Amino acid sequence: MNIFTTDFFFSIIRIATPILLATLAAVVGEKGGVSNIGLEGIMMMSALFGSLTAYWTKSWFIGLLIAMLVGLLEALLMGFFAFKLKTDIILVGTAVNMIGSGGTIFLVKVITNATMDQSMTSTTSLITKALQIPSVNIPLIKDIPVLGKIISGHSILTYLAFLLVWLTIVLLYKTPLGLNIRSVGENPNAASSVGVSVAKVRYITIGIGGILAGLGGAYMSMYYAMGWSLDMVAGRGFIALAAQSMGGGEPVGSMLAALVFGFAQALGIKVSATGVDSNLVAPIPYIVTIISLVIFAINQRRKDQKRHAASALN
Amino acid sequence: MSGEYAIQMKGITKVYPNGTVANQNVNLDVKKGEIHALMGENGAGKSTLMKMLFGLEQPTEGQILVNGEQVHLSSPTVAISKGIGMVHQHFMLVPSLTVAENMVLGMVPTKSGALIDFKKAVEITEEYSKKFNLEVDANAKVMDIPVGMKQKVEILKALVRGAKILILDEPTAVLTSQETTELFKELKNLKTQGYTLIFISHKLNEIMEITDRMTILRGGRSMGIYETKDVTPQEISRLMVGRDVVLKVEKDKAQPGAEVLKVRDVEYVNEWGKKMLDKVSLSVRRGEILGIAGVEGNGQKELVDMLFGFNRPNRGTIEVNGSNIIGLGQREIREKHISLVPEDRMLYGIAGTASIEENLISDRAGSKKLNNGILFNMGAIHKESEQLVKDYTVLCKNAQQAVGSLSGGNIQKVVVAREFSNDPVLIIADQPTRGIDVGATEFIRKKLVELSRSGIAVLLVSADLNEVMELSDSLIIMCGGRIAAYFEDTEDLSDELMGEYMLGIRQQSPEEIRRVCHE
Repeated sequence: MNIFTTDFFFSIIRIATPILLATLAAVVGEKGGVSNIGLEGIMMMSALFGSLTAYWTKSWFIGLLIAMLVGLLEALLMGFFAFKLKTDIILVGTAVNMIGSGGTIFLVKVITNATMDQSMTSTTSLITKALQIPSVNIPLIKDIPVLGKIISGHSILTYLAFLLVWLTIVLLYKTPLGLNIRSVGENPNAASSVGVSVAKVRYITIGIGGILAGLGGAYMSMYYAMGWSLDMVAGRGFIALAAQSMGGGEPVGSMLAALVFGFAQALGIKVSATGVDSNLVAPIPYIVTIISLVIFAINQRRKDQKRHAASALN
Repeated sequence: MSGEYAIQMKGITKVYPNGTVANQNVNLDVKKGEIHALMGENGAGKSTLMKMLFGLEQPTEGQILVNGEQVHLSSPTVAISKGIGMVHQHFMLVPSLTVAENMVLGMVPTKSGALIDFKKAVEITEEYSKKFNLEVDANAKVMDIPVGMKQKVEILKALVRGAKILILDEPTAVLTSQETTELFKELKNLKTQGYTLIFISHKLNEIMEITDRMTILRGGRSMGIYETKDVTPQEISRLMVGRDVVLKVEKDKAQPGAEVLKVRDVEYVNEWGKKMLDKVSLSVRRGEILGIAGVEGNGQKELVDMLFGFNRPNRGTIEVNGSNIIGLGQREIREKHISLVPEDRMLYGIAGTASIEENLISDRAGSKKLNNGILFNMGAIHKESEQLVKDYTVLCKNAQQAVGSLSGGNIQKVVVAREFSNDPVLIIADQPTRGIDVGATEFIRKKLVELSRSGIAVLLVSADLNEVMELSDSLIIMCGGRIAAYFEDTEDLSDELMGEYMLGIRQQSPEEIRRVCHE
């Protein structure tokens, strides 16, 4: 039986998209020295408000914008706690993640109760096919045999995500803002000594991450699934942190890592579809995560040792 | 006459919120186009004075004039706008960025509105590099270039921001001698181009070589402004090094016994390839205090690190009572009954948020006396710590108080109470009384003498001349990672002579120095 069909590769991309968006958030964050472990929670919150707004406005586009806005605001709030009030950013992130789980189910009940006179525990009945983020068939490419079936027909957010990889590179390496982000991340004293506002750069850094995670959340509730449901992000915000680390913190490397995780999840789904006990299949993505991280860590260590050896010669 | 001076600092006094007086009524005049040295030992107030000139700190009293115009330097940005640039001792560079990127950080040239104009950045870098004859590789990443080049980048960074007055904070501290020679050539070149340089240092030969005039600071006060050509190194050393108040400590003549600490030919090259310890040999015997004097940064810290297992020498041997201690961990070293009063008490001496009691027993928490293998015997702990608090007159509410809430002197008493009470054979006391009140200082000094007379070997490292001269039975002076002198007796040593050895004007013969090994 062949599991490596075009469908399978298509699903890798589909599954990897939200991970990729969150990974880019992690990449920008780490470059700016902001370890945002709250991506998971931001995705949850954006997923909820994206789907609700799409339903209210009957527009997936406005839903998407609101999801980004919610992501941005939540990230800036994190920044306020972490940079202004000097709370440990890991604790702030943990709080955001808890709100992303418990807070969203609370909110969805309260909001639906107030607006629809019935307390709902998910928004799955609210997002119809018409409110789904549209998918597009790319002319010409869709007609290429095999490849066309894999890379055409995805949601516009998927294409945006891959475009964002390139945009992230441009942002980080070609713009003054990117230079500031990287210098604040590496040596804030050096940055501030030449008049760069460290606080401002950090807010921008975490804000960009919020918007990207917001996009990931919108993808989850308005494309990947039809509507929001409890804990639907299911660890993708954390997997993104692993992907960032595995990719060496660079956009392209991290994108490849996100695809590896997409592959692992797709494999899990595929294998369970063949009738293998789902309990045996469930760990596949996590095992792939652990193995990848170990490989990454070993490589990193080799590199460090080489560098040490080189510097010892001088 | 406003045209003559680039910088005038008048009657500058700086009192920190905790009451430390860093500068007292200091005047500094720097003429346009000169290289002006700011000299003084560590803690003399050089850095504070320069921080005020660069807007990092504000003076409590006094005024600052730049080119004859009174200014209020509220931040480095203001100082930069007045044409003042600073080359910090710890480089303010971003390692993963290129030299050119570091150069333009905060003032990035752009093209088509949004993107960095890298070509322009490289051009700017190369233009300045050529103009000032400071050779740098604009496209190399900062982490890949040698220290000397990093420093040039720092200088160029200040120049590209329009600095006409450059403050160089101990620029040679991290450089090899070739790099230093090169730097001096470049600095002289800057001077001929009309730039004004303030050169902070405590290295005499460097000062004599490149400066026109100098201001000497001692204990936060100015000892005057001198023309370099008019003063001798001896005079400078006398002005820089000297004792103000002498705190007498009574002590009998030492009766040295068997050798406890034996250090032979220890060499250490630091991670940047600079030799920090060069063939250091010494012995400390039972019942004597061997002092190590010297300006800070001449290898004392590295030596102490070796003795307490924080680092390993590249060469040489270190033995305590005949057994090697190189490569041992701190616990193993403590098991050999070696005690350390660390230089940085807040970092290595105590855990600030833990109680006095917990700090006191931290080196002996595993002893059978204080626990039964699972739980602490709180009664025994209370008893022991209360006794120590009493013996060492630690001023506190009770032994359960957080140690960080005590005054500096009482914190240090907690440290010495622990270090002195665990039956030591060797005590390494590194700056044991730095920054603490007179009462605690006297107490600790007396205790050190008392312990040495009871047969313990004491190695005392101190930048405080007063302290080493008063406490030591014999002493060595370190300069440039080497032992510059050994004195068997401190009785008739003069401050002037000490100063000359400390600053490298004099140097004893290897045979004279070898006497410290008592072979």
